[in-house]
Amino acid sequence: MAEQTTHGAPEAAPRRPGREAWINAGLAALLLAAPVAAIGLGEPYYANLASRVAILGLAGVGLNLALGYGGMVSLGHAAFFGIGGYAAGIAAQAAFNAEPVMGWPVTLPGTDLMPAIWLAALVVAGLVAAAMGAICLRTSGVYFIMITLAFAQMIFYFAISWPEYGGEDGLSIHVRNRFPGVDTYDPLTFFLICYACLMAAIWLTSRLIAARFGAALMCARMNPGRLATVGIEPFPVKLAAFVVSAMLTALAGALYAELNGFVSPAMLNWHTSGEIIVFCILGGVGRLFGPVAGAALYVLMEHVLGGLTEHWQLPLGLIILAVVLFARGGLIGLLAGGARHG
Amino acid sequence: MTLALLVEQLLNGLQLGVMLFLMAAGLTLVFGVMGLINLAHGALYMTGAFVCAWVAGMTGSFWAGLLAAVPAAALVGALVEVAVIRRLYARDHLDQVLATFALILVFSEGARMIFGARPMWLDIPEALTGHVSLPGGAAYPVYRLAIIAVGLAVAAGLFWLIRRTRLGMRIRAGASDREMIGALGVDIARLYTVVFALGAGLAGLAGAMVGALQSVQVGMGEPVLILAFVTIVIGGIGSIRGALVGALLVGVVDTMGRIFLPVLFGLFTDPSSATTTGAALASMLIYLMMAGILAVRPSGLFPADG
Repeated sequence: MAEQTTHGAPEAAPRRPGREAWINAGLAALLLAAPVAAIGLGEPYYANLASRVAILGLAGVGLNLALGYGGMVSLGHAAFFGIGGYAAGIAAQAAFNAEPVMGWPVTLPGTDLMPAIWLAALVVAGLVAAAMGAICLRTSGVYFIMITLAFAQMIFYFAISWPEYGGEDGLSIHVRNRFPGVDTYDPLTFFLICYACLMAAIWLTSRLIAARFGAALMCARMNPGRLATVGIEPFPVKLAAFVVSAMLTALAGALYAELNGFVSPAMLNWHTSGEIIVFCILGGVGRLFGPVAGAALYVLMEHVLGGLTEHWQLPLGLIILAVVLFARGGLIGLLAGGARHG
Repeated sequence: MTLALLVEQLLNGLQLGVMLFLMAAGLTLVFGVMGLINLAHGALYMTGAFVCAWVAGMTGSFWAGLLAAVPAAALVGALVEVAVIRRLYARDHLDQVLATFALILVFSEGARMIFGARPMWLDIPEALTGHVSLPGGAAYPVYRLAIIAVGLAVAAGLFWLIRRTRLGMRIRAGASDREMIGALGVDIARLYTVVFALGAGLAGLAGAMVGALQSVQVGMGEPVLILAFVTIVIGGIGSIRGALVGALLVGVVDTMGRIFLPVLFGLFTDPSSATTTGAALASMLIYLMMAGILAVRPSGLFPADG
């Protein structure tokens, strides 16, 4: 992991990659140890909290590929998060009722197997992201932000006004979907599934960033003109990163629906997009484990502040504001040092 | 009947359009002059509505509420600008998005703490409660016509302000070259505060007027904010003229789509599926329109030139 992180640092020289690698390893170990300890102490609630961190962290890792490495400020990732959630909900509903998900042009049966659901979530989110990205990436800067937001809202309103999948009420997943060979209802087992997905996504990101593709992507962020000059068109590189980013976030959405046993249009709401960005920023944007640290911090704050006052969003907003204004670089930036890209 | 419905819906679309213009004008001015994307603009709209409802509740007069709401929203806008927004001009859009997103959390929760979680209601002022009859026989509420009139008057005033006054000249100059007008002795920091407060006041006006049509509640600004974003993306970010055209286009297309798409689908399929398909498609219509316009003109109908 250490070596990959070094490659992952876009401006490797002033940063201390060794320290960041240690922090990453520590974070990974801590996130794994927390639910194990919680189960040992007979507090399964905290194992679910850890699952939440892993899932939201995964959503952030997805966004981070577009946002942190590719410089694409997408305010529309709630769409992919929600698509993942609905993939799980719709497949489970169809399996529960023994009906096909669709009968035309091919008959697609429902399923309650997580890997099949994940595949569906990845494919659908990938297709939607390709269409959305093809339009959005024609623009840049503030247009890109607003257009990704607008498309996500379009999907949100569609989900609300389309009654077949619950409309405004959403869909319940009555029985948590199965994973071959294990009991998904066991909080620790479910956590381990989420954790494995998170680690796989982080590994994939680190490999992508270390590859030529990653170099091209970061160059597309910093200097698209130069990238074009050396013979690489920036558009397809950014589009590919956007699609992969969306797919990872969709996987998180599918797991999130399983965790809650429920999927609703709230997952598609633009507040969700904002929160996923918050994970990235709190932890450190463009850092491999940044979104995980950010999600952990967010869930922790939500939990602690929520225990203190019902108006917990007020202090949360003030804290986010303070981080943006005064603590640039996020948690990992604070611990590992080094500048964050502009 | 059909003509009456058409005229009625056209007016409804127009009313939504001028509402959106009041929101979009502030957003586009702030972006054009300061280069800032402000997600918290909806919070200022909400502030206007809450202040109007609260003052109207205390005094029993809608007019007192309206009179208080606009300066209150402008004042809150100015305070937010001085305390937070001003530190964001030099930052990238990501920081701006995040900081203004945090402001939404603060405003929403703050409003909930001050005014409670229950929606508030505003009554339409007595002088404007009647209806006028339209060609075709339908009756149309006077209040909505008044909103259209106020919106168009404000639009005209804004064009006058930007094109014909010294302040407008400075705003235009600030949009094209901020260092130069700073060097010429204009206090840029104050100009920015004034522009932000102006946008906030317009949003507050919109919120206060709409407050009498729907309930005044936390989060009411967000759907409008997103429509306003679509509006300025269509019109061209930074352009007031684009905001006006975009707002009327979005208002009319959205309203007409919701009424006539289900009818249109009814010609081909059975009524119940026509209603759901039509309604679902209608809710997506303006976004599809936006995508279509951007495919042809990536920087909007009127790329920013003031």
